[in-house]
Amino acid sequence: MTTEHIVTSYEDELASLDSKIAQMGGLTETLIAQSFDALRKGDVAIANNVILDDAKIDEFELEIEDQAVTMIARRQPMALDLRQIMVAIKITSDLERIGDLGKNIAKRVLSIHSEIQPSQLMHGMKSMQDLALSQLKDVLDAYAERNTEKALAVWRGDEEIDAIYNSLFRELLTYMMEDPRNIGLCTHLLFCAKNLERIGDHTTNIAENVHYLVLGTNINEARPKGDNTSRMLINQDD
Amino acid sequence: MVATHIVESEAPMLDKELDANDLDANNLAEAETTNVDPAKKSTKITSEDIDVYYGEKQALFGINLDIPENSVTSLIGPSGCGKSTYLRCINRMNDVIDICRVSGTIKIDGNDIYDPALDVVELRARIGMVFQKPNPFPKSIYDNIAYGPRIHGLTENKDELDELVESSLVKAGLWKEVKDRLAGPGTGLSGGQQQRLCIARAIATKPEVILMDEPCSALDPIATATIEELIDELRRNYTIVIVTHSMQQAARVSQKTAFFHLGKIIEEGETTQIFTNPQNEKTQDYITGRFG
Repeated sequence: MTTEHIVTSYEDELASLDSKIAQMGGLTETLIAQSFDALRKGDVAIANNVILDDAKIDEFELEIEDQAVTMIARRQPMALDLRQIMVAIKITSDLERIGDLGKNIAKRVLSIHSEIQPSQLMHGMKSMQDLALSQLKDVLDAYAERNTEKALAVWRGDEEIDAIYNSLFRELLTYMMEDPRNIGLCTHLLFCAKNLERIGDHTTNIAENVHYLVLGTNINEARPKGDNTSRMLINQDD
Repeated sequence: MVATHIVESEAPMLDKELDANDLDANNLAEAETTNVDPAKKSTKITSEDIDVYYGEKQALFGINLDIPENSVTSLIGPSGCGKSTYLRCINRMNDVIDICRVSGTIKIDGNDIYDPALDVVELRARIGMVFQKPNPFPKSIYDNIAYGPRIHGLTENKDELDELVESSLVKAGLWKEVKDRLAGPGTGLSGGQQQRLCIARAIATKPEVILMDEPCSALDPIATATIEELIDELRRNYTIVIVTHSMQQAARVSQKTAFFHLGKIIEEGETTQIFTNPQNEKTQDYITGRFG
C-alpha cells in the first residue's frame, strides 16, 4: 500500500475520484442487467427506466472528467497519481460507452417487445449477458483492488464472449433464412448481441487501464481476438 | 489566435499532428537529435564511488552517475539529500571548504578532474556554474561578461572581446534587451535578466559543461520560462546539470533525472520514465508529494 500524501486534500480528491468511479461502475452494472431483463421479458417499463438511467451515467462522466481536469491543473500530478487521473478519464469514457450500449438494447426492446422471442436464442443471449456482466463486475473489482491478476483474467476472458457471439451470429442468420418474417426481430437481436460483444471490448479496455495504472506498462501479450463475424458468410446450403 | 509558448519545445508537442505532414527530412533529423534517448548519447561526465565528508559527517555515499553529453540532467531530492554537494564536486567547488573531503573518481571526457596535476582554475573555465540567486559582479554589464575571458586570456584584442561579449549575450537571450546599456551596472537589471547575465557570463569562458543550482527559484514564472527556453537552446552545445526543487521543472527541461535521498542516488533514468513510472517507491513518494 502506498503512503499518504502530505497534502490531505490531494489524498481526499484521489479517493473521491475512486469512489465516483465505483459508483458509476455500479450504476453501469445495474443498467446492463436491467436492459437484458427488459429484453428477456419484453418489458417496456424496465426498458424506459434504463433509458432514463443512462443519463445518470453520462452525468457521472462529466463530473469525473471535470474533477480530473481540475486536479491536473491544480496538482500537476506525477507518477502513480498522474496515471490514476489519466486512467480515471479513460475508464469513465469506457463506462459511459457501456451505458450507451445498454441503453441501445433497451431502445430495441421498445420495438420488439410484442414479438415472440425464440427461447433457444434467448438462452444464448443470456449466457453472453451473464458473462459480459461478470467480466464488468470483475474489472471494476480489479480497479478498486488495484489487482493486475484479476484485470489480466478479465482481459483474457473476453475471448469467450466473442465465441458466444460468433455462434449467436450464426444462429440468428439461420433463423432469418428459415423464415423471412424473423428478419426484423433477429436483426434487432443481432444488434443486441453485438452490443454485448462491444461491452466486452470496453471491459477489456478497462482491464488494460488497470494494468497500466498499477504497473505503468501496457499488457505485453497479443490480444485474443475472437470476433470472427466480419469474415462470416452463411450459404443457404450450409 | 493563441500566443506562442515562450518555451518553443512545447509548441511542436501540441501541434504534433498538424505538423506531422509537413515535417521535412531536416526537421526530422533535428527532432531525432533533440529527443534522442539520453542512454544513447555519449557520456560526458562519469562519477564512480563518490563519497563526501564534511568533517565527521558523511554527505554522499558511493555516488555512481553517468551524465550524457549535450543534454540536460536534473538532480532532484529533498533538502539536504546531497544533490548540491554532488553538483559542487563536478567543478571542485568543495575544495574551498576546509572540512570537506571528497573521494572517488569524477572524469570529464575520460580525464580525472581530481588529478593533482590538474589546474583547477582552468577546470572551472571549462565548467560554468549558475547559482540560485543571480550574483552579477558590481560592474557594468559588459565587464560582467568580459571578466572571465580577460583573466583566462581568451581574446587577443578589444574587437575579439566585444565580439565574445555580444555572442555570449546573444546565446543567453539577453542581447536585445541590454545592447544599448552595456556600460550600465549588471545589478540594475531585473532578477530574470540578472540570471541570464550570469548564464552569459558562464558561457563567455566557452565551457563544455554548465552547472545550475536552482537557477529559477528566485524568479517569476515568465522569467523562469525564459530561462527554461534558454536551457533548451543551450543543451545543443553544452552538457547541463541542473539541481532543482521543482519537479515540474525537472520534468520540463531535462532528459535524464537522478533522485537523491540521504546522500545516495535512489533512482536515475530517463526523465519521462522517472515522472510517469518510477521504479523505486521512495522516488514515487517524493515526486508525488508523499514525503518531504
